Amino acid sequence: MIEINKLNAWFDDNHVLKDVDINVPKNGSFGLVGESGSGKSTVLRTITGLVDDWEGEILVNNKQLGPTRDKTFYRLAQMVFQDPFGSLHPRHTIDRILTEPVNIHGLGDSDGRVVQALEQVGLDNSFRFRYPHQLSGGQRQRVAIARALILEPKILLLDEPTSALDVSIQAEVLNLLSRLRRELGLTYIMVSHDLAVVAHMCDDIAIMNHGRIVERATASQLADGTLEHPYSQQLYKAAGGYDRAVVDSFVDWD
Amino acid sequence: MSNETLLSVKNLEVTFNTPKGDVHAVRGVSFNLGRERLGIVGESGSGKSQTGRAILGLTAANGKITADQMTFHDVDLANLSPKQWRKVRGARISMIMQDPKYSLNPVMTIGDQIIEAYREHHNVNAKEARHRAIDMLDAVKIRDPERVFNSYPHEVSGGMGQRVMIAMMLIPDPELIIADEPTSALDVTVQLQVMAILDDLVRDRGMALIFISHDLQLVSSFCDRVLVMYQGHVVEEIAASALHEAKHPYTKGLLNCLPKMDGNHADLPILEREASWAEG
Repeated sequence: MIEINKLNAWFDDNHVLKDVDINVPKNGSFGLVGESGSGKSTVLRTITGLVDDWEGEILVNNKQLGPTRDKTFYRLAQMVFQDPFGSLHPRHTIDRILTEPVNIHGLGDSDGRVVQALEQVGLDNSFRFRYPHQLSGGQRQRVAIARALILEPKILLLDEPTSALDVSIQAEVLNLLSRLRRELGLTYIMVSHDLAVVAHMCDDIAIMNHGRIVERATASQLADGTLEHPYSQQLYKAAGGYDRAVVDSFVDWD
Repeated sequence: MSNETLLSVKNLEVTFNTPKGDVHAVRGVSFNLGRERLGIVGESGSGKSQTGRAILGLTAANGKITADQMTFHDVDLANLSPKQWRKVRGARISMIMQDPKYSLNPVMTIGDQIIEAYREHHNVNAKEARHRAIDMLDAVKIRDPERVFNSYPHEVSGGMGQRVMIAMMLIPDPELIIADEPTSALDVTVQLQVMAILDDLVRDRGMALIFISHDLQLVSSFCDRVLVMYQGHVVEEIAASALHEAKHPYTKGLLNCLPKMDGNHADLPILEREASWAEG
């Protein structure tokens, strides 16, 4: 469904992605893990056309992407951002937030689509005419997911969808995302700094550091802890909580 | 570790007066703290931060604090004048906040801020203060303390900024540190490195620590004892090493709903909240 070969990207003189290769099958779920500045979000932003300066090959649904994205692309792939407080317009009602993409794409029946999208993410109709500030963080992230789903895309690009949420709410949103992938046959690329979240959600995982994929693993390899690259091992150990001796073994990867 | 009680809090209540009516943020929290590490864990809105802020008298102006007892040694924290507070804050109890981006002064060099913190409580000349500040930056494992001393906060990374915060809060040598999500804005490895620095300094100087966080696992691997808060109440107090024996359904729910690296993609257990938990 998504095939990326030798992707390189730059912010001015800063080489932020170095030869990134990713292959996600249809209905697959691919996870990108790394720390800040590793380039994990930049991969998603390049796919959606938010990064200008890139080279390489991106194929989505067997179609090569050029420098710009057209409407058909956005009907196929939608992105969900990290911060549900920043990604919803504060002065638009949920109804207007959800109707806007329907109108842009001229799909019609916005009323029915809004009701359906809210239902898919488990929000009842009483939320429809509220403003984002009247919703909790988890409810807002559900609205952001509904806004992505309303165009009936086949691909969701998830950029830290649960990092701003409490763990109990995170569990609900992760379950929602798993259910939607099953029911709607979606393909995911999920970016997170949390190894456990990605291990839970994805079949294939790539660990990134300084713009490069340093290691690829499957969920079962992560479960066994059989990682080879020292950086991935360090991330794996760090996910286990605080241990003074483990911290002493850390190396700076700057 | 001695058994002497540094801080004693009985039936602490914090209420905020808002246009929409009173918000009861902390409802009857009690605990005693010796020279130990106490974790306070809860989700957003549980009152964990407000508990920490109330101890330091940092509750916002529309908030009202009542407590049957809130004493630090023999100082009654419930009835201090602003002048008396200045003798306690920083010098005897200090607080490390979550995000160094917001809690450091952006228009003052790091060195000047640390010196200010030190000279507020110690009567020394500028040269001696500078010397102490650089020693302190060295103690929080900053590799080039001279350079960081002369930098502004925006010129250092998040992890470095939080080390600077720790340096600034520890330099007056307080007895109690309240750390409110001190590492939540940092990457996991940096987070653990910063905690290791805090760990060593708190141990070497024999300080008491209140560690406030949303991360139950992290807190229990770092602290001696954990208070789990829900809607302003302490629902469970548990030794950190016995976390897996937690009895309260909320604590258990919090632990269960974490995704695990076991290769299992089945749905996560959802935390079913019960109204009775909020009644204490």
